[in-house]
Amino acid sequence: MTTDAGRREFLRRMAQSAGVATTGGLLWAYLLGQQQQVSAHALRPPGALPEADFAATCIKCGQCVQACPFGTLRLAASGDDVPIGTPWFSPRDVPCYMCEDVPCIAACPTGALDRGLPAIEEARMGVAAIDQESCLSWQGLRCEICYRECPVRNDAITVENHPRRTSGHAVFVPLVHASHCTGCGICEKACPTELAAIRVVPPDLVKGRIGDHYRLSDGSGPGSPGATPVRGEDQGKRVPGLDYLNEDTP
Amino acid sequence: MTVTRRDFMRDAVAAATAAAVGLPLTGSQKALAQEAEADWRWDKSVCRFCGVGCGIQVATKDGRVVATKGDPDAPVNRGLNCVKGYFNGRIMYGDDRLTQPLMRMTDGRFDKKGDFVPVSWDQAFDEMARQAKKALAEKGPHGISIMGSGQYTIPEGYVAAKLMKAGFRSNNIDPNARHCMASAVVAFMQVFGIDEPAGNYDDIEVADSFVLWGANMAEAHPILWSRIANRRISSDPADVRIINITTFTNMSSDLADVEIVIKPSTDLAIQNYIAREILARDAVDKVFVERHCEFATGPYDIGYGMRGGSEYAFDAEKDVQAKELEVTLDAAEARAQRRETGTVVKQNNRASAGKHWLIGFEDFKKAVEPYTLDFVAELAKGDPDEDLEEFKKKLQTLADVYIRRDRNLISFWTMGFNQHQRGSWVNEQAYMNHLLVGKYARPGNSAFSLTGQPSACGTAREVGTFAHRLPADMVVANPKHRERAESIWNVPAKTVNPKPGSHITKIMRDLEDGTVKFTWVQVNNPFQATANANHWITAAREMDNFIVCSDAYPSVSAKVADLILPAAMIFEKWGLYGNAERRTQAWREQVPPPGEAKSDVWQMLEFSKRFTLAEVWGEQPVPGLKADGFDDGKLPSVLEAAAERGYKPDATLYEVLFATPVNRQVKWPDSVANGHENHTASALGDGWFPEKALFNEYVTFGKGHGHDLADFDVYYGDDVRGLRWPVVDGKETLWRFNAKYDPYAKAGAFDFYGKAGKSLPQGNLDEVTNTEARAIPGRAKIFFRPYAAPVEQPDANYDLWLSTGRVLEHWHTGTMTRRVPELHRAVPTAQVFVHPEDAKTRELARNDVVWLESRRGKIKAVVETRGRNRMPRGMIFVPFFDEGVFINKLTLDATCPLSKETDFKKCAVKMYKA
Repeated sequence: MTTDAGRREFLRRMAQSAGVATTGGLLWAYLLGQQQQVSAHALRPPGALPEADFAATCIKCGQCVQACPFGTLRLAASGDDVPIGTPWFSPRDVPCYMCEDVPCIAACPTGALDRGLPAIEEARMGVAAIDQESCLSWQGLRCEICYRECPVRNDAITVENHPRRTSGHAVFVPLVHASHCTGCGICEKACPTELAAIRVVPPDLVKGRIGDHYRLSDGSGPGSPGATPVRGEDQGKRVPGLDYLNEDTP
Repeated sequence: MTVTRRDFMRDAVAAATAAAVGLPLTGSQKALAQEAEADWRWDKSVCRFCGVGCGIQVATKDGRVVATKGDPDAPVNRGLNCVKGYFNGRIMYGDDRLTQPLMRMTDGRFDKKGDFVPVSWDQAFDEMARQAKKALAEKGPHGISIMGSGQYTIPEGYVAAKLMKAGFRSNNIDPNARHCMASAVVAFMQVFGIDEPAGNYDDIEVADSFVLWGANMAEAHPILWSRIANRRISSDPADVRIINITTFTNMSSDLADVEIVIKPSTDLAIQNYIAREILARDAVDKVFVERHCEFATGPYDIGYGMRGGSEYAFDAEKDVQAKELEVTLDAAEARAQRRETGTVVKQNNRASAGKHWLIGFEDFKKAVEPYTLDFVAELAKGDPDEDLEEFKKKLQTLADVYIRRDRNLISFWTMGFNQHQRGSWVNEQAYMNHLLVGKYARPGNSAFSLTGQPSACGTAREVGTFAHRLPADMVVANPKHRERAESIWNVPAKTVNPKPGSHITKIMRDLEDGTVKFTWVQVNNPFQATANANHWITAAREMDNFIVCSDAYPSVSAKVADLILPAAMIFEKWGLYGNAERRTQAWREQVPPPGEAKSDVWQMLEFSKRFTLAEVWGEQPVPGLKADGFDDGKLPSVLEAAAERGYKPDATLYEVLFATPVNRQVKWPDSVANGHENHTASALGDGWFPEKALFNEYVTFGKGHGHDLADFDVYYGDDVRGLRWPVVDGKETLWRFNAKYDPYAKAGAFDFYGKAGKSLPQGNLDEVTNTEARAIPGRAKIFFRPYAAPVEQPDANYDLWLSTGRVLEHWHTGTMTRRVPELHRAVPTAQVFVHPEDAKTRELARNDVVWLESRRGKIKAVVETRGRNRMPRGMIFVPFFDEGVFINKLTLDATCPLSKETDFKKCAVKMYKA
């Protein structure tokens, strides 16, 4: 079984179950319909442009792969879930160890990996998502390996304590905060369950969005502040509800 | 992220958790699962790892452990485990498990320079006996040794201690538990006259304040930490507070209300500051102190437990070693000891560090007077980037939690206290403050030394597998104790050697010095775990000696040995462990050991068959022996007295010590087995049940002496999940010394009935002034102990503090947990945790490979500036589990001079790019 196939299977399973995983403080339930993109599951190197731009800009030269000191990056071969020759990584095999000097970006000749990335902490290679039903910590065990190993610990992953009344032992629940998660995948690599209970996936696949019409009480959460709904072209020409009102009374 | 948002998350997550717990399986799923597991056999057992002592259930099928789970009925953990405990079922199944004896051979004969080749058990024991006899003939009983363990089962420790002390008449047996809690033991003995804590884990649920002194419980005692966390988050934060006193920010800081980052060894000064505050604010519990306590002190010039010089010393370490004999007091140390800065102090009491005498309250008051807030804060502040006034406020908060009468208080400590050049002192200071305010031996009020190992209490301490001890708190130097041991063991008077043997670090030094020629490593990995390791590895390989290592995996200790004996692991043998709260727990053999591997009990019993009384009970040279009733330097022959007891000279130690007529009455098979095997009994093949017979023999030591254990079978009862001793009339004891709970406490509301050190001379802060001993039965001692500076500190050359310790994912030297692929994947290597500024000033980046170098050695490691341990500038931390990052090549083998426990927490190193 390739890791990718494993991940695909995981996502399918996750999507089909009623289970939810948390990311960035958002609960997500269903992923179906998100898989039509060719490289939906591939994690790109730090600073990679949005997928369409990346595909257009990456010349498949392999410089970033050469520059990676940990052997994290590899070029896609035929059969991988990524266009052949483009760089990607599978964190359960080798995660990104977040080099401070980001040699992969420095090596990229085309800007497919964005030299404007101010620091490795700003990379958004993916986002970690936790399957709470197989996460040991969620079951009350003292694991939290993902938390301890996270290089952005206390920002990208925090641990919340919850009372466990049946025994008087607190549960230590790890939570991912997408606003700080770089998607390096060290958590996924380190997770001790047979299949990782925490996985890094491209943000588009898991990130939801609260409607622009609503604000959480602390002001956080939904889309761009002040945005107003776009009105249709025929706005003003039609009188909403009139057709219905003028129909024959049933 | 705002607080409100986190609060929101907490609620949302709690709701989701509840939903997930109740998630039902479908009927067909359930039926399938039940069918697959129908022939699994479940039985109760105990976690293999730390001193918390979690109960587990083990499922077996076809001679293999197929699953484990946290035991829902175990009061310690209520069905939970940490991530090491989660892997209990996997530790036996590493690819490189040792399954047959291996010996260094050339051309079919033992050769110290040869390669390991498989041999039969008979070949192994024959060579081993030949080598032991050679060492005994050359050096006497103290020419051989055993390096034992706080992970011994109780029967294992008992067999090892009896074989050495009654059989070979050698006290050279000492466990790795010496490195773990010997300082705690000295304090228990000196303060209370009896070992082990008054309280227990139930204190957690009724305590209001928790103070951690050098205890990273979040990683080292994970399940207990979740009990503290539960107490903390289920209560109003104003009511329950956690204070974490540490030399760097660790995982326990995350839950703490107050974190106090201190400089190494300044805990001594902080304790005295608290005492001074208690006095200054008139907060002494006068009734408690007057009725139940005495004040005491001892000498300060006690050295640092190092050798005062050695022909094998590296040039670079000679300057520090010289301080063993003479030190110059720095300003802080001088003030703390009421002397002049620059005073040169000869360490005259190195050999009598444990002596002490009674003083008066006024003396005590005078002694703590120098420890003002200003002085202590300036000395102790460990984070150079923290504001001094903020730090002072924290110290005041700390004093408040001791002083407030309406708050129950627990002080917890582990290796930060115990592995300390003044470890016994700082343990005693913990009791000092608890006793001053009367917060001890009452529910919710406890000063508790957390044990590191699963049976450091149950075996190493209670059985007495130490160089100076006998079972049930007795010591070899005491003639009455020897007499009692000889009586229970049915061996002649003067069989037991009155001269204490070498502690485990000294056994290493003895190997280097050539005074110990034979050693047997059991259930631990001392060649990786002993400080200043380069010396001992060289000694093992280059000196004329014979090293036997019983192990399950090829550890560093196995690698430097001459003979490796494949050992059965926990679920492959019968055993009992005793955890930190005095709880004795038992398990049956669940699966057979692989290949030819056998239990340590079997190995020792088989070995004992190869020695006759004539070979070991004749007159024996013991250099340095000096004791009443003994000629200097030798043990008398006891062969005649043995003959009077009906022992023939050609009787073996096996017959005389172990398979005695009484013990042979305890038959195998036995109904307590409930269908389980016992490969030890089967391999012996003579029809007795050694673990049960020897446990019940051991129990006679403690009965009626405050250490009462129940009989073997009781611990195997289906409804028993361990019992906390003393077990009197079938009932466990929750709070010792408190007349409400402890049947042994008879004199007043509190009775510190321990017998050791209860008759003492009297004096002032500096010396004994009245040698006439005063008896203080039933009383605990409040010691004054001063601040003492660490013997090695950073300087211009070695400019960083180095501390070492555990990570949650790995157990000790990783011989088991590194065989679990998931744990290895999670934490594959030990990194060096560094403050980002310290990295930057050395032009180092995260993930760079660096050299770490001390006076004693150098190793490479990978820099981690974002790790779980967040260091203050000037200090680094490297875990010790990884033999590839062999940090004990750098550490200093200074010990507490009283306890001989090594200080792994502080030495000076430099770091530079590799």
